[in-house]
Amino acid sequence: MWENALSFFDFDDANVIYVSLGTIILGAGAAVVGAFTFFRKKALIGDAIAHAILPGVCLAFILSGTKNYFLLITGAFFTGWLSIIAVDYIVKKSKIKEDTAIGLILSVFFGVGIMLLTYIQQSGNAAQTGLDSFLFGKAASMLVQDVIVFSVISIIVMIMIFLFYKELKLITYDKDFAQSVGLPVKWIEFLLSSLTVLAVVTGIQAVGVVLMAALLITPTAAAKYWSGSLSIILILAAAIGGFSGVSGAFISYIAPNMPTGPWVVMVLSAFAIISIMFAPRKGYISRLWQQLKNRRQIQDENILKAFHQIAESENSFDESKSIEKLREKRYYTIRLMKRILVRLKRNGYLKRSKEGYYLSDYGQRKAARLVKLHRLWELYLTEYLRIAPDHVHEDADTIEHLITPELEKKLEEKLGYPEVDPHNSKIPYD
Amino acid sequence: MSDFYIILTGTLVAIACGILGCFLILRKMAMVGDAISHAILPGIVMAFLWSGSRDSVTMLLGAGTLGVLTTIIIEFLHKKGQLQTDASIGVTFTWLFALGVILISAFTGQVDLDQECVLYGEIAYVPLDTIILSSGRDIGPKALYLIGSVLIFVILFVSIGFKQLEITSFDPEYAVALGISATLWNYLLMAFVSFTTVASFESVGAILVVAFLIAPAATAYLISKKLKTMILLTCLIGFISAILGYYLAVALNASIAGAMATVCGLIFAIVFTYIRIMSKKVTKVTNLESAKA
Repeated sequence: MWENALSFFDFDDANVIYVSLGTIILGAGAAVVGAFTFFRKKALIGDAIAHAILPGVCLAFILSGTKNYFLLITGAFFTGWLSIIAVDYIVKKSKIKEDTAIGLILSVFFGVGIMLLTYIQQSGNAAQTGLDSFLFGKAASMLVQDVIVFSVISIIVMIMIFLFYKELKLITYDKDFAQSVGLPVKWIEFLLSSLTVLAVVTGIQAVGVVLMAALLITPTAAAKYWSGSLSIILILAAAIGGFSGVSGAFISYIAPNMPTGPWVVMVLSAFAIISIMFAPRKGYISRLWQQLKNRRQIQDENILKAFHQIAESENSFDESKSIEKLREKRYYTIRLMKRILVRLKRNGYLKRSKEGYYLSDYGQRKAARLVKLHRLWELYLTEYLRIAPDHVHEDADTIEHLITPELEKKLEEKLGYPEVDPHNSKIPYD
Repeated sequence: MSDFYIILTGTLVAIACGILGCFLILRKMAMVGDAISHAILPGIVMAFLWSGSRDSVTMLLGAGTLGVLTTIIIEFLHKKGQLQTDASIGVTFTWLFALGVILISAFTGQVDLDQECVLYGEIAYVPLDTIILSSGRDIGPKALYLIGSVLIFVILFVSIGFKQLEITSFDPEYAVALGISATLWNYLLMAFVSFTTVASFESVGAILVVAFLIAPAATAYLISKKLKTMILLTCLIGFISAILGYYLAVALNASIAGAMATVCGLIFAIVFTYIRIMSKKVTKVTNLESAKA
């Protein structure tokens, strides 16, 4: 197996080079087109097209009687296109929803295709063998001429996307705006649909009908977690698609009984799962962590505020406060309260004495600032938004954790450094 | 006799799928049904490796587990992973199907399954594999009994849970207010979709399952106003598709499953066109009336 693996990288076998290059190009091409269908929320249309191609291939074969590539691709292109139109028409002209229409079209078209395929197979035409490779994709056994035909189509697709990038981006994100600035939206949509059909026709060679949807959807599903910019997502998706393509070819080269397409999809899915879970900022784990941090910050700030409020009402700023007293202000469980207090002490906001905890100078300043923000906001709401004083507390309780120093300064200036809040409590300044 | 068995099997598959399909369509989950029908492949393979045979009960359990798992993964990717629904369906089912095909390839010697059989089945072989009692009497095809019993369970499930399924389909929030768990009924429905798919696999293949899940129900959805009418119409359309499909396949000497799916599509096209013409007539009449007024 390892000798096999090494010989893959020798590239002595001309076919290995072709298949590797071919799978890279097919994967990248499908990924780039797929990104647009993905962001137009039409990800599954690719699945319908992939199934709808079969009857076209069969019809072309029945009508011509030969396995001419150009004719087969034309047939595939025709019924692939027809499926898009049919889905759109059904959704537009009846109460049937898009997902039902897609499922309907894909299963019926594929059924027709299977019927035609079996009809051809029993008709005894010797040229028919290999037609069903359109179904399952046999990337590893692609012939040199197959690779060239499909790579050329795929490259044309990518060039078209590059040339019309701006227009495609516009109809993807803001169709109404595109229309209003006079772009020929219908034509651009026509172009995008045609490119999608072409990408599906070629991609099926690598992974087969069922898995074609993955080649379109999964690279973008992975790439979108790493960037917010469409051009970067496109480049990433193309890289992921290409890499997965060649990995699939590599795996089925070193383990010849392993199918190429499913391994391409496994590698793609691995990229997607890693991205969805672990990508920085947008990934699931990172968002969970952020949520936890926010929740802790809010808890910490609430307790600091409680210290200040108790001290204020008893005029006991330097004395220690017991947990029971704090719980009168903020009803957290004793366990949670203890955890928060330890955390605050570790961060230097609190100091510990025999009777409990008291604010350090640093903590004192922080607590005063929070109370100030809370009261400034209450005042802002009553003065500028004319909200009754007894309705402003909850809102201030949420916003006080979010106000930035810049906003704080603006509030102070706008309100003219007021002395008291709407409930006549003193606003503490440094 | 074999004609009769094939049409009967087709009809039973059509009815079982159609009943479930009605709920899938109303819940806007048609593509989830499609996804499940592909995604249960690894479940079938693992059940096969576990039991070492095509033992129906293990297969049903394997498929049911995978069906529910598919639904859970799709929901997780959508809600927790912030991936749009259609994309999470696409990512999930292709991944699981790929896993299934890889498992088949890895255990070629031990698994007597191939993906072509899974994809488009061969209902024509149904009458060949019959159950012969110890007394030597032939009581009919095995596949027929399997899909027949699944159909009985589907009918039981839907008639017992009709109210819950109806309310959770039309108004999930109201259902929650009534104390009906939308999640539970959702998973139950998906489990039944998986059972039906796997029971139909060998005979008709995944594609006809999807066609029967969606096409007759979509056709009935066009012309019915009540859920019960819709379900009955779906069964009727499924039955007609099975009969006509069979004779179309015989005439062309082509795949029976493919022909049945084709007829499903044709019936949809006819009803759709009829509705379009009627609605145009109605708008014409109302236009005339408003013009007179």
